[in-house]
Amino acid sequence: MGLGQTLCACLKGLNVIALRKACAVLMVVLVQILRSHWSLRRLSLGGGAEDVEKPNDVTGPVSSSEPGQSESAAVSSGGPVAAPVSEADEPAEAAAGGAVSPPDQCDEELVLRPLRSGDIYASFQFRTQWDTDFLHHGKKVSHYRLFPKSLGQVLSKFSVRELHISFTQGYWRTMQWGQPFIPSPPGAELWVWFHNTVEDVDGNWKELVNVLSGIFCASLNFIDSTNTVQPSASFKPLGLGNVTDHRFLRYATLPREIVCTENLTPWKKLLPCGSKAGLAVLLKSEKLFHSSFHSQAVHIRPVCKDWQCTSTAWELRQTLNVVFDIYTSGQGKKEWSLFKMFSRTLTEACPLASSSKVYVDVTDNPEGELFDLSPVTPLLSTAVVLGDRRTYSVYDLTKKETFGQLRSLNLVLRWKGESGDMLRPLLHAERYVAGFGLQTGEIHTLIYNNHPYRAFPVLLLDSVPWYLRLYIHTLTVTSKTRENKPSYIHYQPSKDRLRPHLLEMLVQLPPHSVTEVTVQFERALLKWTEYTPDPNHGFYVGSSVISALVPSVVAMDTNSTQERPLFSSFFPTKEESSYFVRVYTEPLLVNLPTPDFSMPYNVICLTCTVVAVGYGSFYNLLTRTFQVEEPSQSLAKRLANVIRRIRGVPLL
Amino acid sequence: MGLLSDPNRRKALTTLLTRLNTPICVVCYLAGIAWFMGLAFEPFTLRTYMSENAMGSTMVEERFPAGERALATGREFAGHKRKAGGMPVDWLVKTMQDRGLEVFTQSFSRTLPFPDENKERYMVRGINVYGILRAPRAPRTEALVLSAPCSPDNSNNQAVGLLLGLAQYFRNQIYWAKDIIFLVNEHDLIGMQAWLEGYHHTNISGMDYTPLQGRAGSIQAALSLELSSDVITSLDLILEGLNGQLPNLDLANLFHAFCQKIGVMCTIQGKLQRSDWDTAEGYTHAVQTMMLMVLKQASGRPWGDHGLFLRYHIEAATVRGVNSFRQYKTDTTTVGRLLEGMFRKLNNLLERLHQSYFFYLMPSLSRFVSIGYYMPAFGLLATILLLRALDLWVQLGTPTEVTEDGVGEVEPPSSPGVLSVLTPVVISHLTGVALYTLPVLSQETAVEHFPVSETEAVVLTAIAIYTAGLALPHNTHRFISGEGTEQGWRVLKLVALLYLAVLLGCTALINFSLGFILAITLVPVAACVTPHLPKAVSALAMVLLSPGCTILYCVFIFQELQEAPVSLSEGWMLFLSVISQGILDHSLFGSLVYPLLALLVYPCWLLLWNILFWK
Repeated sequence: MGLGQTLCACLKGLNVIALRKACAVLMVVLVQILRSHWSLRRLSLGGGAEDVEKPNDVTGPVSSSEPGQSESAAVSSGGPVAAPVSEADEPAEAAAGGAVSPPDQCDEELVLRPLRSGDIYASFQFRTQWDTDFLHHGKKVSHYRLFPKSLGQVLSKFSVRELHISFTQGYWRTMQWGQPFIPSPPGAELWVWFHNTVEDVDGNWKELVNVLSGIFCASLNFIDSTNTVQPSASFKPLGLGNVTDHRFLRYATLPREIVCTENLTPWKKLLPCGSKAGLAVLLKSEKLFHSSFHSQAVHIRPVCKDWQCTSTAWELRQTLNVVFDIYTSGQGKKEWSLFKMFSRTLTEACPLASSSKVYVDVTDNPEGELFDLSPVTPLLSTAVVLGDRRTYSVYDLTKKETFGQLRSLNLVLRWKGESGDMLRPLLHAERYVAGFGLQTGEIHTLIYNNHPYRAFPVLLLDSVPWYLRLYIHTLTVTSKTRENKPSYIHYQPSKDRLRPHLLEMLVQLPPHSVTEVTVQFERALLKWTEYTPDPNHGFYVGSSVISALVPSVVAMDTNSTQERPLFSSFFPTKEESSYFVRVYTEPLLVNLPTPDFSMPYNVICLTCTVVAVGYGSFYNLLTRTFQVEEPSQSLAKRLANVIRRIRGVPLL
Repeated sequence: MGLLSDPNRRKALTTLLTRLNTPICVVCYLAGIAWFMGLAFEPFTLRTYMSENAMGSTMVEERFPAGERALATGREFAGHKRKAGGMPVDWLVKTMQDRGLEVFTQSFSRTLPFPDENKERYMVRGINVYGILRAPRAPRTEALVLSAPCSPDNSNNQAVGLLLGLAQYFRNQIYWAKDIIFLVNEHDLIGMQAWLEGYHHTNISGMDYTPLQGRAGSIQAALSLELSSDVITSLDLILEGLNGQLPNLDLANLFHAFCQKIGVMCTIQGKLQRSDWDTAEGYTHAVQTMMLMVLKQASGRPWGDHGLFLRYHIEAATVRGVNSFRQYKTDTTTVGRLLEGMFRKLNNLLERLHQSYFFYLMPSLSRFVSIGYYMPAFGLLATILLLRALDLWVQLGTPTEVTEDGVGEVEPPSSPGVLSVLTPVVISHLTGVALYTLPVLSQETAVEHFPVSETEAVVLTAIAIYTAGLALPHNTHRFISGEGTEQGWRVLKLVALLYLAVLLGCTALINFSLGFILAITLVPVAACVTPHLPKAVSALAMVLLSPGCTILYCVFIFQELQEAPVSLSEGWMLFLSVISQGILDHSLFGSLVYPLLALLVYPCWLLLWNILFWK
C-alpha cells in the first residue's frame, strides 16, 4: 500500500491521463494483493496467533489517505477500496461471530440539539472498541485494526489506564445552552490515570505529555510540574477498576491553548474512516471554526466487553462538540440544515461502523409546534440525559431508505415561533478577579444552585499557579450571607517555580442559593526571564472544576403521572434521581506587575550609573573619615628613625 | 563626587552657591517658565506615532451601514426616556436582547455628602443597563467597553442610538476575539462609578449597588460616547481622567489615525489643529491647547465618563460629537464607521495598550510632549527650593565667620529647640485637618445659623477656615523657648523648603500639571520669605500667591482659554462651584486634589506665613 501511495505521489506532478490510468490499474492490482494478504491474516488470526507481524495497518487505504494527496490518488485508493474491504469484512465477521463477539467495533453518532436561543448544538461521538487486554497479560501487541496505532502504543508504553484529553476553543454558556453532553474547559485539559504498577509516575507523565503533544499538534509540552496537580477527589476513573489512589492521577490544564485546524486534522486521522466517509465528512474546518464554541476530545478507558465482564476492552471515544451561532452562522434566520452548518450533506455511513446514527432532540417539539423537521422519521428514541427525559428523532445511516431518493440526507430544522427561555440549569458557576492595582486581588467563585428545594454537595477544585500567592487564611465560603463550612478541604500549598496551589473542597449548596468562595492573593514579581513574550497580556489561571451529583429534573417532577403508570413512580428510581455534572468556570486573566521591557538598555544604563556614581560616592562620603594627611617623610628621616628605634631614643 | 569628598573644593562649591544663590534662583525660575512655554512650540515637540504593532499596519475595513437606523433607535429611546421619566430600563433590556446580547442591569444609590447644585442632585438612585456581546470561541477573559451616558435632559440620545446600532452590527460579525460590553449608565459619573465598582467588586466610595450578574473578564480598553445631534461637525477627544491620569497615548493616536482615514474633523480641548506653527497666532493656539490640558489635568477630576476607568488600569477616552456652525458636516454612519474601526483595532490587541506614553501633554492632536521633555521645566523650579535650602543649611552651619576651616568644628551657639519648630508644623497641619473635615461635618450647623444652602455652607465654611488659618497664633515658639531667634526661623524655613520640595516633587511625578501650577506660585513665596521683609506688602503678596488664590486664577485663565471670559462676580461664583465640585469629587470618586491641598499644601504654605510673622 505504501508503495502505491509513493507511486501516486511521484505521478502527482505529471498531469498525464495515460499515466494516471496506468496508476489506477496498478492500484487495483495492489488492492488484490492486499486483499489476499488480508484474508490470509484473518485466517491466521482465527487460529489464535495474535503476534502476527504486519508491516502496516490494514485500514490504511481508508484512514491514512492524506487530505493533501492528489484527488486521483484519493479516489483510486479511498473510494473503491473502502467498499470491498468492508464487504469482505462483514461476511467474515458474520462467520466468525456467533460464539465469539467481533474483535473490534466502532460506532458513530451525531446529536443535534436546537437551543432555545436559536443556536444549534451539534455533538459528534465516535466510539471505537478494541478487544485486547495487554495490561493484564503483559503481552506486546503490535496488531491494530480499527484502533489507532499511535494511541495504542502510547497506552502500552506509558502504562496508561485512562486518558482524557480535550481541546476547547470558547466557553460553554451554561445559562443559554444548558448542560453539554461532555463538558470541557477552555483551552486544553489532560487527565490521566496510570496503572498502579507504574513506579515513576512523574517521569511517565512527562514523557506522555510530550508524545501527546506530537500526536495532537498541540503545545501540551508546556505541561510541567508547575501546572500539574493530583486531585484527591474530583477526578475518579470513569472506566473499569477500583484504583482510587490519586498518586496515579495527573491533571493539568492549559487555559491559553488555542485550538485550530492543526489540532483537528490529527484528531480526524484517528477515526476509523478518517474524514472520507460517514459522519466525519461533515467535519470541515472552515465551518467548524465558524462557530461560537468548538471542543474536541479523546477519551480512552477500559470497559467490559460483555455484561458479565469476563474480559475487558479498550474504549476510545472521540467527541466533537460545536455550537453554531444564529447571528454569525445563521444570518439571523432561524433555519438550520446540515448543509448550512457543515456545507456538506450525508450520503453514507462509515462502512467500518457497526452503527451510524443521527439524533435530533425533539423533546420540546412533540407536536411540531416549535419547529419543522424534515425529512421526518418514524424512529423515536427516549433516554434520560443529564437528568431530563429527552426524545430524539433517529436517522439510521446504515439503512438505505434514510437517504431517500436524492441519495443524500440533509436535515432541515425550521423554527416556527418565538423561542422561549431555557430552563435555568440547576448548577452553574462563574468566577472573576476582584480588586484593582497590581499588588493584591481576590478570586471570587460563585456557585449557583437553582434547585427549588434540594440541597446537594459539590466538589470544587481550584488549581492556581504559584505566582498568585493565595492567602489561604482569607478563604471564605458563604451562602445566603451565612458562613458555609466545607465538610472536606484538601489544600496543597504551592512551591515557587515547582508546583501550583491545589484546593479541593466539598461544599453543601443550600437550595436556591448562591455560594460565594473568595480567597485573596498577592501577585508575585517574577524573574525577568520568567515573563512570557507578551507579559502585558496577563497570565492565565485555569478554570475551576465543579463536580456534583445533581438531583435530576425528572425526580423534581413528582407530579407527572400522565406518562408513567402510578406503580412505577412512587420512589424515585436510582439512576434517574441524580446525575453527574461537571461544570467549568471561566479561566482568569490576571495582570502581574510587569517591568517595562521596551527599554532594557536604558534601565541597565540608568541602574549601573546610579549604582556606580551615586551609591558609590555616597557610600564613600558616609563611611570615610576625612583627615588632613601629613606630608610623607623623606627616606633619610625614616632611616634615621629606624636607627633611633633600635637605640631606644625618641623618634624624630 | 570627588568634589564633595575634598573639603577644600566642597567649601569652594558651597561658597559659590551661597554667593550666587539669588541670581541662580532667578535664572532657574525664568528658565523653568520659558521651558514650559517652549513646550508648545512645534519644532520642540514630537509627532505622534502608533507604537502598538497590533494596531499599526493592519488597517481594517469599516462597513457599518446603519447610521440612519441608529438615529431612529435614538429617537425611539428618547421617546421611551420621556415616558419613563428617566432611564427606560425595560425598553433597553428588550432592545439589547433582541440584538442578541446577554443583558444585565445594576441598580445603585448614593447620597451625596451635600447637594450638588451644578447638577441638582442629592439622593441619587439609578439603574445601569449593559449588554455583553460574547465573542465567538473566546473564553471570556478579555473585554472592551463602549458606554453612553443616559442624561436626564434631552441630550445623548443619539449616542445611545448609535451604541445600539453598533451592537446590532457587531453581533453579526465573526471576528471578535474579545467580548464587547455595551453600557448605558445613568447619572453619568456616579453610575459609571457604581458599575466599575460592581464589576471589580470593590467599594471605595461608599456606594450602594447590587452586584453584577454578568462579567466578561478583564477589560482591556473602553470608549465613552457623547453625541447629541444627528450630524456633527467635529469629534472632540477627551483624555483627562481622575487625578490627572491619562490613557495610553496610543488610544489618542488610534482616534487621530481613524479621523484622518475616514475624514472626520477631530479636535482636542475643542481646538482644531493649525498648520501655521511658525506664526505668532499658530504658536499661541498651541499654547492655549496645551494650557487647557494642563489646567484640566491639574483639576484632577474626570472630564468624561472614561475618567474613572483609568484607576482600574483600563485605557479609556471619551469621544464627544460637536455640532458647531461650520459647513462641513459628518453623519452618524461615518461616526459609526469610525467607532467600528477603533473597536476592530482594539480587538486586534494582543496585550494591553502599554507601548506608548502614559505621561504626556498635547499641544495638538498630532503633537505631544513626553515626560522627558516637560519634567525639566518643573525640575528647574524645584531646584530653587533645594538651592535655598542649601543656602540656609550653610548659613546655619556657619553662624559666625571667624573660623577658617569651619566644617563641623564650631558648634552653633544656641540651636533652637525641637519644640519651637515642631509646634508650628503641628498647628498648621491641624488647621489643614480642620479644613479637610469641618466643611462637610459642620454643614448642618451652618445651615441652621446662617441663611445659606448646604452647598454654600460647605464652600463658605471651607473659605472661612482657610482664612482663619492666617490669623492663628503663629508665635507659639515664644511661649516655649522665649524670644524667637534668627536660628529659629531659619530652621523652620529649612524644614518648610524641604517639605515643599518633596511635596511638589511627588505631586509632579503623579500629576505634572498640578505640581507645576503649584510650583509656579509657591516657589517664589518659599524662596523669598523672611521675617525681615516689610510686613504689609509681603503679606499681601503671600496671600495673592496662596493655593486658594491659585485656584481662582486658574478659573479665570481656564475661562479665558475656552473663549468664554467671565466677569469678576461670575468668576467668583465659578470659583465657589469649583471648590464644591472638588470636595464632591473627593467623596464620590476619590479624587485626591482636595485632600492634597487641604492636608499638605495649605499647611506648608501656613509654615511660610508663620515665618513672615516670626518675632
